[in-house]
Amino acid sequence: MSSIYITAFIVGGLICVIGQLLFDVAKLTPAHTLCLLVVAGSILDGLGLYEPLIDFAGAGATIPITSFGNSLTHGALAEAEKHGLIGVLTGMFEVTSSGISSAILFGFIAAIIFKPKGNV
Amino acid sequence: MVGRGLLTFKTLPSISATGVTAGPLEKKSSFKDKFDKVYDDERCGLETNEHAHAKMMEDACMIALSKIDSLPSDADYLLIGDLVNQMTPSNFCATTMGIPYIGLFSACATSVSSLILAALLTEVGMSEIAIAGAASQHNAIERQFRYPVEYGSQKPATAQWTVTAAGVAAITPHKKGFPSIECATIGCVTDLGMTDPFNMGAAMAPAAADTLTRHLSGHGTSVNDYDVIMTGDLGKTGFELYKKLVANKGIDDTKNFRDAGAEFYGKDPSFLAGASGAGCSAAIYFSEIFEKMKIGKYKRVLLIATGALLSPMSFQQEDTIPCIAHAIELTMK
Repeated sequence: MSSIYITAFIVGGLICVIGQLLFDVAKLTPAHTLCLLVVAGSILDGLGLYEPLIDFAGAGATIPITSFGNSLTHGALAEAEKHGLIGVLTGMFEVTSSGISSAILFGFIAAIIFKPKGNV
Repeated sequence: MVGRGLLTFKTLPSISATGVTAGPLEKKSSFKDKFDKVYDDERCGLETNEHAHAKMMEDACMIALSKIDSLPSDADYLLIGDLVNQMTPSNFCATTMGIPYIGLFSACATSVSSLILAALLTEVGMSEIAIAGAASQHNAIERQFRYPVEYGSQKPATAQWTVTAAGVAAITPHKKGFPSIECATIGCVTDLGMTDPFNMGAAMAPAAADTLTRHLSGHGTSVNDYDVIMTGDLGKTGFELYKKLVANKGIDDTKNFRDAGAEFYGKDPSFLAGASGAGCSAAIYFSEIFEKMKIGKYKRVLLIATGALLSPMSFQQEDTIPCIAHAIELTMK
């Protein structure tokens, strides 16, 4: 049972290591690093590799941003099966809508309560 | 004429007073006790970072003028600059001051380029009081050149920390007991192809080495003639590279070399490679160096302010970073 914690930690950590290397070694900007990881997750799911990773590492694979790319492809494929080509467009935000909505909502709440500050 | 870009000032214009203001984080600076005013709020109680930027410059000008019992209406010229697009903080400061004004952009080398122009106006008898200086405000500059501070982006260890500070000097005809401006060297732009805005020190080091050697050979001096040779904001990374470059040119004795950026925040690792920003060299030159010259501790000083002449657009288009260094020699007679 407790082994899932260890695999989650290692797999999640490795995804973050890749991000850090893209940042430090490949000298990508934060935005480029973010996009690349999303695209990587999306492609991995298209190849049917991301779901097995989630089964293996749990939150270690669902928490990093690669999971967002996975959800985009996942939703698109699922809806495409039901509704054909148009399903690709409607499906992308089917699974990801909760994440996007909560980002907007919690961002809004935080912006109301807190005033942005610098380093002091 | 002495030579290309080489200036000598026969009338020895003096730095009669200085004014240095700094933000709250600069309380961590090794030189905090030497600043005239340190604010408790990074926005100086104002609405925007840019307004705070202008306010710091206004206060520094007023402090310098008050030390020579003068008002803005007594000053002949205001020669200042900063790093914000189109230098609006300087422009707003000039609006409040009402002094005939030219905004100067030499990036972080503006502290010295403004001093050189003020000294020239004084030398030819066109100015009794000229205010020269530069400033930077951390949040305003980081947002423009890198990322907004609130975004919390990571920075590599070679990155430097833009200071929140303004430093100005009042230049007058020669006055006994005050540091005088003896000669200067106007730098040439050096560009060795660096493109990383998180390693400005390395980009600027060749410009500093070039201006140093041009100054020494042009004015016939050697490094040992100076009590201190202080660069502007090479930071810890750039300062080491600069010393290596200088050694390649046959100057091994670097014991009197100092760098304002490397020293500004002391050894605190949270400031990475040290300080930068137009206010960095201005704040140190016009506090630490000015005071030590006035009390006679330093008799002859060479200040080499360095500037990275990039724009947010140029680095987004992956252009290289052109750099400049201007030098000015101060003596105490």
